[in-house]
Amino acid sequence: MMTRLLGWVDERFPLTSVWKEHLAEYYAPKNFNFWYYFGSLAMLVLVIQIVTGIFLTMNYKPDARFAFASVEYIMRDVDYGWLIRYMHSTGASMFFVVVYLHMMRGLLYGSYQKPRELIWLLGMAIYLCLMAEAFFGYLLPWGQMSYWGAQVIVSLVDAISPPVALWVRGDYVIADATLNRFFAFHVIALPLILVILVFLHIVALHQVGSNNPDGIEIKKHKDPTTGIPLDGIPFHPYYSVKDIVGVVGFLIVYFGIIFFSPEMGGYFLEENNFIPADPLKTPPHISPVWYFTPFYAILRAIPQKQVGVIAMGLAVVIFFLLPWLDRGIVKSVRYRGSLYKTALGLFVVAFLILGYMGTQDPNLWYVNPVSRICALVYFGFFFLMPIFTRMDKTKPVPDRVTG
Amino acid sequence: MSETLADHGRRKFLVGATTVVGAAGVAAVVTPFILSMLPSARAKAAGAPVEVDVSKVEPGMMMTQEWRGQPVWIVNRTPEMLAQLGKNNALLSDPDSASSEQPEFCKNPNRSSAEHPNLLVTVGICTHLGCSPVDKMKKGEASGMGSDWPGGFFCPCHGSKYDLSGRVFKSMPAPLNLRIPPYTFLSETRLLIGEEKKRA
Repeated sequence: MMTRLLGWVDERFPLTSVWKEHLAEYYAPKNFNFWYYFGSLAMLVLVIQIVTGIFLTMNYKPDARFAFASVEYIMRDVDYGWLIRYMHSTGASMFFVVVYLHMMRGLLYGSYQKPRELIWLLGMAIYLCLMAEAFFGYLLPWGQMSYWGAQVIVSLVDAISPPVALWVRGDYVIADATLNRFFAFHVIALPLILVILVFLHIVALHQVGSNNPDGIEIKKHKDPTTGIPLDGIPFHPYYSVKDIVGVVGFLIVYFGIIFFSPEMGGYFLEENNFIPADPLKTPPHISPVWYFTPFYAILRAIPQKQVGVIAMGLAVVIFFLLPWLDRGIVKSVRYRGSLYKTALGLFVVAFLILGYMGTQDPNLWYVNPVSRICALVYFGFFFLMPIFTRMDKTKPVPDRVTG
Repeated sequence: MSETLADHGRRKFLVGATTVVGAAGVAAVVTPFILSMLPSARAKAAGAPVEVDVSKVEPGMMMTQEWRGQPVWIVNRTPEMLAQLGKNNALLSDPDSASSEQPEFCKNPNRSSAEHPNLLVTVGICTHLGCSPVDKMKKGEASGMGSDWPGGFFCPCHGSKYDLSGRVFKSMPAPLNLRIPPYTFLSETRLLIGEEKKRA
């Protein structure tokens, strides 16, 4: 009966062949380590955000007069509203945690290198989209940080082109019109684009196949009779089951945060956002949510408005060029020399310090000088990459994956 | 008609012409959507001038009035504060307000009108990225800004500093002095923000 039904479907839709091509007979390298969890986890978080988002919109009101109160209503009066809202707010931060780790994996194992440039570019487009999605979403609770955060970001646009900033706001200041349109972008436009980009990201990945911690192409060594890569194992059941282990680990951390520290000491939900938006008074200390602070620190460190804005934009956009800046002959950090390892180490440290500095009061004497040094290291990593990756003394790459 | 008999030149022209007309159609459809995002008629109408009673602002104090959704500060400066303004020039990036925005009658070190030199009327929005600075009007340590602080305003977002005329300090993220809106004194205590009456 089921076989006949499947046959009926297969004649009309490529169900079995898609299943085989992308899961049961999609061969992934057998040496994936824990860094390879974060792609599937990012998809899990996307699903969580969409589902919790749908339920939040059932009670949220995108109106400057009611928005703040409707969020508090969700938190206090709606059954399990607190859980759904905390899942969504914690999910936003966890999205960036897994995406940053996913990108770090790319840097470690050279996953952006030929022939995976398009996967990297699509991934970067997802990252940009995610930043926009997070930014639009952050205005919706209409708290003090929502309001003044949006004010600062839209002023970045204003620094480049005032008419565009006016068009984005739909008013002369951040106002009800802005809230209403940000809601439209946040719940319809960007989620649609995100889902499409994620689909394309995976289509591109399955076209060339996954990289691995050794940075070797497994398609070079195929079983002569079956044509299956010798170092490949089918995604399902091997990696579907492995990813479930990752999911369980992730959910323990995720719900641990939701139940025990949903505000994460002011890093996931900032204290000032529990005060309704007041267009006449900026809170004494404002900073963006943690996932934007590295770029914010770069902006703040530069004492010239337009240059600061451009440097901040460049800090994000420069990631797009990575596949062409890296002139190394090996992919994985395992076989790179000390130059790349040092540069990558410095970059990660600079990124983390910038992230910390972005949360700190700019009036502290060390904040801007330290941010400047870290910004130099940050940009140095990219601008000098064509030089140090070429000069680097690489180790011989093995023929087959090392397990 | 078989492929060999096709008139390729004509086909290319037709495809090109259809593409151009189609693109014009797309542009025509997109335009109203883009324009719908500009400020609505209601938002444009909300920018009327506001009248405010300044008699309750004591010397050394300030008040905030909303105008076009923005905070406008009215700062009543003491004679000591005004005296300090003349000594700030070395600290400032645009001491004469040459490139900053203000009505012509405010282009002086006090950045105020001749009749009310003590009253500073300014839009309390940092010229860097639009935060509202906080008042640090007391001199020196009393404001927590260090012993050499001449009194002024401090933007918490990116650390820009302004003096009590809203003039920005050197090497700050903010490029310009605080904006001074057009205003007129209707009487000794009635201030109209948003309109500059021509004097007789």
